[in-house]
Amino acid sequence: MNIPVLSIITFFPLAGAILLIFIHKDRKELIRFFTLGVVLITFLVSLTLYFSFNAQTSDPQFVEKGAWIGYGINYHIGIDGISLFLVLLTTFLMPIIILSSWTYIQKRVKEYLIFMLILETGIIGVFVSLNLFLFYVFWEAMLIPMYFLIGVWGGRRRIYATIKYVLFTMFGSLLMLVAIFVLYSIFYKATGTYSFNIFDYYKIILNPQVQVWLFLAFALAFAIKVPMFPFHTWLPDAHVEAPTAGSVILAAVLLKMGAYGFLRFAIPLFPDALEKFLPVLLILCLIGIIYGGLMALIQKDVKSLVAYSSVSHMGLIMLAVFALNVEAVEGAIYQMLSHGLSTGALFLCVGVLYERAHTRLIKDYGGVSKQMPVFSAFFLIFMLSSIGLPGLNGFVGEVLCIFGVFKTSKILAILGVTTVILSAAYLLWMFQRVMQGPIENEKIFSFKDLNKREIIYFVPIVIMMFWMGIYPKPFLRKMDASVIHLINQVKKKEAVFTRVQKEENIPSVVDIKKIGDKETNKKKDANKEKEEEVK
Amino acid sequence: MTDIFWLIPFIPAMSTLILAIFGQKLPKKYISFQACFAVFASFIISVISLVGLLQTSHESYPLVKNLFSWIHAGSFKADLSFQLDPLSAVMALVVTGVGFLIHVYSVGYMANDKSYSRYFTYLNLFTFAMLILVMSSNVVLMFVGWEGVGLCSYLLIGFWFEKHSAANAGKKAFIVNRIGDAAFIIGIFFILIYVGSGEFTAINSAISGGAITQGVATLIAVLLFVGATGKSAQIPLYVWLPDAMEGPTPVSALIHAATMVTAGVYMVSRMNLLYTLSVDAAQVVAVVGAVTAIYAATMALTQNDIKRVLAYSTISQIGYMFIGCGVGAYAAGMFHLYTHAFFKSLLFLAAGSVMHALSGELDMRKMGGLRKYLPLTYPTFLIGAIAISGIPFLSGFFSKDAILTHAFASGQYFVWALGILGAVLTAFYMFRLIFLTFHGKERMTPEVKKHIHEPPPAMTVPLVILAFFSIVAGFIGLPVVFGKNLNWFGHFLEPVIKKSHEAHLTLGTEWLLIIISVAVALIGILIAYIFYIKKPQIPHSLVARFPFIYKLLYNKYYVDEIYNATFVNPTIKGSELIYDKFDLKVIDGAVNGTASSASFFGKILSYFQTGLIKDYALIFLLGAILFIAYLLF
Repeated sequence: MNIPVLSIITFFPLAGAILLIFIHKDRKELIRFFTLGVVLITFLVSLTLYFSFNAQTSDPQFVEKGAWIGYGINYHIGIDGISLFLVLLTTFLMPIIILSSWTYIQKRVKEYLIFMLILETGIIGVFVSLNLFLFYVFWEAMLIPMYFLIGVWGGRRRIYATIKYVLFTMFGSLLMLVAIFVLYSIFYKATGTYSFNIFDYYKIILNPQVQVWLFLAFALAFAIKVPMFPFHTWLPDAHVEAPTAGSVILAAVLLKMGAYGFLRFAIPLFPDALEKFLPVLLILCLIGIIYGGLMALIQKDVKSLVAYSSVSHMGLIMLAVFALNVEAVEGAIYQMLSHGLSTGALFLCVGVLYERAHTRLIKDYGGVSKQMPVFSAFFLIFMLSSIGLPGLNGFVGEVLCIFGVFKTSKILAILGVTTVILSAAYLLWMFQRVMQGPIENEKIFSFKDLNKREIIYFVPIVIMMFWMGIYPKPFLRKMDASVIHLINQVKKKEAVFTRVQKEENIPSVVDIKKIGDKETNKKKDANKEKEEEVK
Repeated sequence: MTDIFWLIPFIPAMSTLILAIFGQKLPKKYISFQACFAVFASFIISVISLVGLLQTSHESYPLVKNLFSWIHAGSFKADLSFQLDPLSAVMALVVTGVGFLIHVYSVGYMANDKSYSRYFTYLNLFTFAMLILVMSSNVVLMFVGWEGVGLCSYLLIGFWFEKHSAANAGKKAFIVNRIGDAAFIIGIFFILIYVGSGEFTAINSAISGGAITQGVATLIAVLLFVGATGKSAQIPLYVWLPDAMEGPTPVSALIHAATMVTAGVYMVSRMNLLYTLSVDAAQVVAVVGAVTAIYAATMALTQNDIKRVLAYSTISQIGYMFIGCGVGAYAAGMFHLYTHAFFKSLLFLAAGSVMHALSGELDMRKMGGLRKYLPLTYPTFLIGAIAISGIPFLSGFFSKDAILTHAFASGQYFVWALGILGAVLTAFYMFRLIFLTFHGKERMTPEVKKHIHEPPPAMTVPLVILAFFSIVAGFIGLPVVFGKNLNWFGHFLEPVIKKSHEAHLTLGTEWLLIIISVAVALIGILIAYIFYIKKPQIPHSLVARFPFIYKLLYNKYYVDEIYNATFVNPTIKGSELIYDKFDLKVIDGAVNGTASSASFFGKILSYFQTGLIKDYALIFLLGAILFIAYLLF
């Protein structure tokens, strides 16, 4: 019997959350250790995914299928070389996040950790779902714990921020829901079977006109999540108000869902629409890179600075995603992991500072390095990783992204490379104002350097940063097959469609019914459908 | 024996790692030992490698050691792979040799610093990064070293980060360098696309095989050179180097004089086939070098800060190296890099020992007459000054002469003339510095004067060794006038560097050129002597007579201010404006507007929700009437 590893990883945190309900809320230490144990076990189990992952195939692995509601709504999960690392990133960061909120969260510890565990299940669920309906359920379910994490444990304007965050995301995802159902009905009409299976959808070729609308709905949901310019304004608010752990998880993992959504759904399902909107999307990405960098430059709050830096970095990732060649997409995935580590770590640093001074304003700091040399060293490494210094993780992802973009469009790459300058400018300037210079704020004299717990959760991140910077092979090789498959899939579909369009001379407005599965239904079937339609 | 050369960068890396993790807990003595020993070990291996290299036939150059595949995705391939050939051997020797002396000097100089272990961690890290830069066998790995030395530069300039000025200078250096690096990386991408590989051997064979057109070569060469103007502090990206003097003086000697800043020259020499193919790019290199050489020299004329004079001098001397590269005399450029490493680090270290003696004083106006207090520092400083001025037969004379002769021979008379003019200025500002510091009236405060002392042996021994090399280093590259085959240095580099078009000058012309350049150097010294020893009132009257020029030079042509006004401030002000007016008002305004209009309409609708049955009945009635009306008409 096969052990359902993926289901265990997905639902173990949820099970932990349920058990947590039965522990008395005053036994805070027990609750914390219990949660830590749950996420650690989840992480350890998830490592088996990496080791038994077959890098040779692009097919989904660890697949589990089961009937659920019916009408195509099935429990269907699995991972490929793209989602593998996003799952690992999540499980890797979770223990770190729990450790980081050990003393930071004092009120309602139990509820806080319950939400954290539910969140983990939601996130992993999003990455492993192969059934569009299931995907949507996780996608939305994940919002709930996030809503509470910001809304209950957040800062002064937490209510505003959390509602803004949820409404923004809901707005996008509702349109996506509509699109999912349209897709569902198209598929049913074309084939006569109910399915939310993503692989079934991959096989059909949609009329470009229909693709446009569906793509827009999907793209909007994902673009908000990324967030791409101009849908980014929820991000600084959410980051600033969220507790440290919330910011970390938001930046490190939740943003990646948008990019992942494009890679998994929007791009392979609607390649022609992508083609059509590509110029707009590329320009938005480019604006995001430069705009995010410029905005980061002048932020007064460390957290919103890092938030805008995310807008800039995610802009580069999306630019690479849309460049759609092997270098760019592998770079984009690599950069997602990288950005998850470095930006997550930067938020952890802000959290460390906040816990000591209870302010996030840059001007309240200065000269902290002198008081906290060990922290300063970590902060420096994280910052350099974010800047993309060679030898650390950021460089590998960034250079592959820009190179991939360069292959597609030289001018975009040349404009996008400004991120290299901007990121150095805003981060170094922030570092200078916060960590260097003379100590002017009396409070800083009382700062204690990192304690053991803080060092424990910083060290694994540093190790990963060096590993990913010096020896990226173990990561890149596992992605190869899936990424190449994805690109071929898109290219082939585009080619097939143009061929079909030429042969059959399909007019620009086509009835939905005409769209069938071109790979299985041959030309005859298409003709038959036409006849039926005439009748 | 030569296959151990990859250990050269590896040893300082290990040392860095140990110091970074355990440095806080280790005793100072051990830290000094380990840090110095690591560099020394690398030096020994470099020497062994050089010997091995000399015994290997030219055909097998370069020796390559591929450790593992580093980044590999699609057509992007970069390995962690090192190479040994004459060029990298020379660089490795300079970096580890001079680097070792400066490490030893630092033991004395930094003895009382609180952050002793941090200092040596950074210094070892720098050595590692610099060795990666010069020994990598592909351009992507070279970029790792390129950025790595930039990082160390940032860390060491801002070593005393409690000072605003130091923190600022470090940040400025990094960001300015990044501007160059952005261009550099685009250049790398072009190489990867057109050559299909970043390996230097592949690049060279692509160029010799004609796979690269002249247009592409120019594009790549210029992009890479923009990177070089950042790292090697040339116009227009030189602005960070003078500020970099905020760092500890040994750092200025190692990074901002002897090694890192010359990385651009190394890079251009490494890519010499590319610059030979692209005549335009070579011309750009030569002109930028020449203009920088003279421009920086003029700024050195009026500075009062002893280290800043040396900083401008470094910018100017690197300009000379680029002249060499630009006129096709790469070996001459490299030769100047090599001699400059000795005399300029000597000058910096000697300046450091002056500072050490004067409790950290940098202002030459508060020095004077130090000659008798510092009997060891003075002669070494003087040797450095003579060497840089180009007085026979010290090292600087041979290398500078080689560059200028080649410039003349290649028909670039304008470049040559700028070089000669620069030589006058060089001799002048160096001896101005000597006279102001070591001769004339003693202008120290009595308090400072009491403490003047020669530094400990850890500092003086490196000075003496460097002085020795500043004198003799040039003898391995004698010009043609002294005999046919005495340019051993150029000969050694020949396998890597395409033979520069041999100077087709008659011996008579060569002699004439040498005499001119020696004469101008002497003139420069003479003027300095008149200005600062004989008639010290002359400089003052000149300042009074030409206040505008003096102010312009003293304020470094206001370039910092111009850059701030044109790039830095508009970026920040513009971003603030966009943030306030666009991000918050327009985008977020639209978001909040949507939300508030929704609640506005919600409110209006809520008026209908009165809870009174008669109101609902009324609405129902109205609706029914409307509906019937619709049906009827």
